Amino acid sequence: MSNCLLAVEQVSLAFGGVQVIRDVSFDILKGEIRAIIGPNGAGKTSMLNLISGLYYPQRGAIVLKGVRYDRLRPRDAATNGVARTFQNIALFKGMTTLDNIMSGRILKMRTNFLWQLVHHGPARAEEIRHRQFVEKIIDFLEIQHIRKVVAGKLPYGLQKRVELGRALAAEPDLLLLDEPMAGMNLEEKEDMSRFILHLNGQFGTTIALIEHDMQVVMDLSSRIVVLDHGEKIADGTPEQVRANQAVIDSYLGVAR
Amino acid sequence: MDTLADIFIDPFAQMAANPVFLVKVIWEGLVAGMLYALIALGFVLIYKASGVFNFAQGIMVVFSALTLVGLHERGLPAYAALFGALVVMLLLAIAVERAILRPLVNQPDITLLMATIGLTSLLIGLGEIVFGGEPKTMIPRDLGLPSGSIRLMIGDRPLVLQRLDIAAGATALLLITALAVFFQRTRIGRALRAVADDHQAALSVGISLNQIWIIVWFTAGLVALVTGIMWSAKSDVSFALEIIALRALPVLVLGGLTSIPGAIVGGLIIGVGEKLGEIYWGRLVGGAIDSWLAYFIALIFLLLRPQGLFGEKIIERV
Repeated sequence: MSNCLLAVEQVSLAFGGVQVIRDVSFDILKGEIRAIIGPNGAGKTSMLNLISGLYYPQRGAIVLKGVRYDRLRPRDAATNGVARTFQNIALFKGMTTLDNIMSGRILKMRTNFLWQLVHHGPARAEEIRHRQFVEKIIDFLEIQHIRKVVAGKLPYGLQKRVELGRALAAEPDLLLLDEPMAGMNLEEKEDMSRFILHLNGQFGTTIALIEHDMQVVMDLSSRIVVLDHGEKIADGTPEQVRANQAVIDSYLGVAR
Repeated sequence: MDTLADIFIDPFAQMAANPVFLVKVIWEGLVAGMLYALIALGFVLIYKASGVFNFAQGIMVVFSALTLVGLHERGLPAYAALFGALVVMLLLAIAVERAILRPLVNQPDITLLMATIGLTSLLIGLGEIVFGGEPKTMIPRDLGLPSGSIRLMIGDRPLVLQRLDIAAGATALLLITALAVFFQRTRIGRALRAVADDHQAALSVGISLNQIWIIVWFTAGLVALVTGIMWSAKSDVSFALEIIALRALPVLVLGGLTSIPGAIVGGLIIGVGEKLGEIYWGRLVGGAIDSWLAYFIALIFLLLRPQGLFGEKIIERV
């Protein structure tokens, strides 16, 4: 299937005796917004870590752009266009907003470090080119006013936006967002939803996101995977998932 | 009252009485401080990038200098031996990454600290097996370092400066400037600062931690080699030199473990403070003040600024 950007194939992950993910398979198609939902501890973030190469599965494999990886390394993921944000924000806190976003383009920089050292010739031209791209991202995310502010000093909502900017700087084919709306107020959530829809609609970026706000999930996503206790209990369109009895049970709890 | 005068008035009167001598003392302090700064820099580089307090930094100074002299003794010309020592430090960096950092990634800090203590023992043993335990003489002349001194006349008083000290200061300055430019301007430098800030985030933008660790440990090895040459040019290359790493501890306390400018300024403050204290206040306590004065200065700073001069403020959100 050429339309498939990434597939998770019968993946299992355990830490010591704790089984975090058990035999889960699903795929992410080009151009879609795929949501991963589930109660706390369902293994959602672990799944994202597997896809971005931070964890290796004990069994199963990740197929990225048709290539099968038993152990997908973070660098493989990054060079193949996977970029991500983190649930608890992993910014370079000592760097400015601009430097943070520029760091997202590290893999795109090609000139020899000796040229960069003298800050001249091809290195200078390259730096300017990347800088222009980064400025476009800054405009898009409406964070011009904090361009030179050190990231660690920014309020939470803006840090999330800068982190998204860094992920975008890599011009990702697949953007992974771990709870992009967590801790945000309504207005910030609306902004973030707008960015996500715009990215997907205008630039065709494929997005996989974890989110707890069901309203947001149902509005944004084309298809939803539901995890519970490390197992996949449902997979389908928002309507299908909403009507699924196993999902209702796991969210509301059932007498066993 | 006499004691108070001895502490607060006499020394300053002496300084005022012979300003050229004061300049000489400060100059010597700056030269020593530059070397302290270099040692501290080795610690800071590694701590920032891999979160390890590298106990082996002192022995790396000895080991690199020993390799240089050892290779020269075996008939290599001085510059070839210098290159050889650099290659050995690169191999060491690769070995450390493979054998220590990679298997111990995400382990508690104390585990990594213990590993670097182990590395210290290993390097001492290796150095003794390959080059023997006897002190060796550094080869400053063959490396093209100047000797002798120059006399400046300030007014009617002479000021004598060692050429070697000037060369040491200039080299240290050059090295530090080169490193600063490297970190600020290059892609690797940016990657390195990224790794220093957040490992996971660095991985997510496609930075290879393993590569960065090798670069950082090699840079620390390079700094160690330069320190080793400069320091041992005045005495010998022996394993006793290892304790100069202890000289860097107060510098690190002063400058903060995470700050490169801190290491430099801290080194200079300690260097100058030590020399001034030794010359002008030393006799009050019967001399030998230089073995503890650095710690005393660091302690006072610690009371005022626990995070060091330029260290990152430790703020935890509750």
